[in-house]
Amino acid sequence: MIRFENVTKTYLRSTQPALDGISLEVERGEFVFVVGQSGSGKSTLLRLILCEEAASSGNVLVAGRELSTMPRRKVPALRREIGTVFQDFRLLPNKDVFQNVAFALQVLGKSRHVIKALVPETLEMVGLAGMGRRLPHQLSGGEQQRVAIARAVVNKPPILLADEPTGNLDPTTSLEIVRLLDRINRTGTTILMATHDNGIVDQLRKRVVELDEGELVRDQQHAVYGGGR
Amino acid sequence: MRAQFILSELWVALRRNLSMSISVALVTMVSVLFLGLGVLAQRQVDTMKDYWYDRVQVSIFLCTAKSDLPNCATGSVTQSQRKDIRTQLDAMRPLVKNVYPESQQQAYTRLKEQYKDSATYREITPAQMPESFRVQLSDPTKYDVITSAFIGAPGVGDVQDQRRILDPLFNVLRGLSFGALALASLMVLCSILLVATTIRQTAFSRRRETGIMRLVGASAFNIQLPFILETLIATVVGTALAIGFLWAAVRYGVGYLGRQLPINFISTADVWLITPWLVLAVACMAILTAWLTLRRYLKV
Repeated sequence: MIRFENVTKTYLRSTQPALDGISLEVERGEFVFVVGQSGSGKSTLLRLILCEEAASSGNVLVAGRELSTMPRRKVPALRREIGTVFQDFRLLPNKDVFQNVAFALQVLGKSRHVIKALVPETLEMVGLAGMGRRLPHQLSGGEQQRVAIARAVVNKPPILLADEPTGNLDPTTSLEIVRLLDRINRTGTTILMATHDNGIVDQLRKRVVELDEGELVRDQQHAVYGGGR
Repeated sequence: MRAQFILSELWVALRRNLSMSISVALVTMVSVLFLGLGVLAQRQVDTMKDYWYDRVQVSIFLCTAKSDLPNCATGSVTQSQRKDIRTQLDAMRPLVKNVYPESQQQAYTRLKEQYKDSATYREITPAQMPESFRVQLSDPTKYDVITSAFIGAPGVGDVQDQRRILDPLFNVLRGLSFGALALASLMVLCSILLVATTIRQTAFSRRRETGIMRLVGASAFNIQLPFILETLIATVVGTALAIGFLWAAVRYGVGYLGRQLPINFISTADVWLITPWLVLAVACMAILTAWLTLRRYLKV
């Protein structure tokens, strides 16, 4: 589903590469934690998958597309196959929960009929049934992140990227959010989650990819946060 | 994106960005007003030229006994010279449309009528006035054909084209219209810069929405469309206001002058004639400026 072949990414005016010769393969339906200290290259890895950045060298393949040779105009089509969740939720404050989730479908030109069917179904799946009319500021952090997850998956993308989705949440809420991501993963969605949260990684015992100063230092199944060191 | 969704987002955006949209509309209005005034002034000059050139004549002044022109050293024009000039003029049809002979007495009467209150011409006698042929041309721009044919001819004192009297006036009017167009160019530049700044600011204030649109896979066109439509609406509203002012200026201002002066003036039909071009030019300017600014400042 996602493959990195000896990928290096060096940002402009930077002497140190953010990613250095990374090779990695993520199969369809996998749940992978990407761990490492701040500045280790976790976010850069996700940005390369999203085509927000281009690799300096090497190949990145996502859902059968080779990103280095893919024309710029095909990027939106790729992004429709990827849902994204961030630490800061990124909800639209002037839209209610229903409208926030529906926005992702509206900008893609989905009909009202489809939106009316998909949005309540997705809100129910993330545990927000009956909260469609609330505005983001009326929700807790955990609920806001659920809205963000609902918006990311409402279009049923095969890949979900989560960049520190529990970074702003307390441990209990964080665990609830990761359990929700795990449930989504069980429906067949491939999930890559960048995190610092060792408690969550240790509890879920999924595949862990560890980065350190841009290098892949560990790729281990059913692993814990600091395992093997 | 669905039209209904675009319209609802557009409405919200216009409401949120009302002061900026109004400023774009007003600056566009002033720019288009100057542009329209410049174009209408050009049309006025053309209208006046058509009107006057149709009426101006080339005058072939014949020698009189008191003439001190170099070609009149032999004295007054003879009967045969007068006949030759007339025959030559008749041979130059169709360029020569009409020939009006004017005797010394007729020239004197016309002068008296024109300057009846002037003391300067009180002492003049009919014998001092030149006899002439007033020639109306089918194509007034070809006056030099007549000039070259008759200047220096026996019995001809001088050949004068009345266009030479009107041309300085037209040149001043044309200069004024070019001035208005130059001012319009400056205002259009202001308008372009304001549109670019507004879009840049709006794109920044809506970066959260556009960021989400980008992440969920909206195309560049779909992301840019609301900004372009917003700019288009503001500039077209400004253009409509400017056209309204131009219409009023021509209807009431020029219309009043038309009733006071015996000159052919432009009408509101001229305003409607330039309207589609003004709207098209403004729409193209707005779309192009918006698109180029968005390409630079809106990541898609």
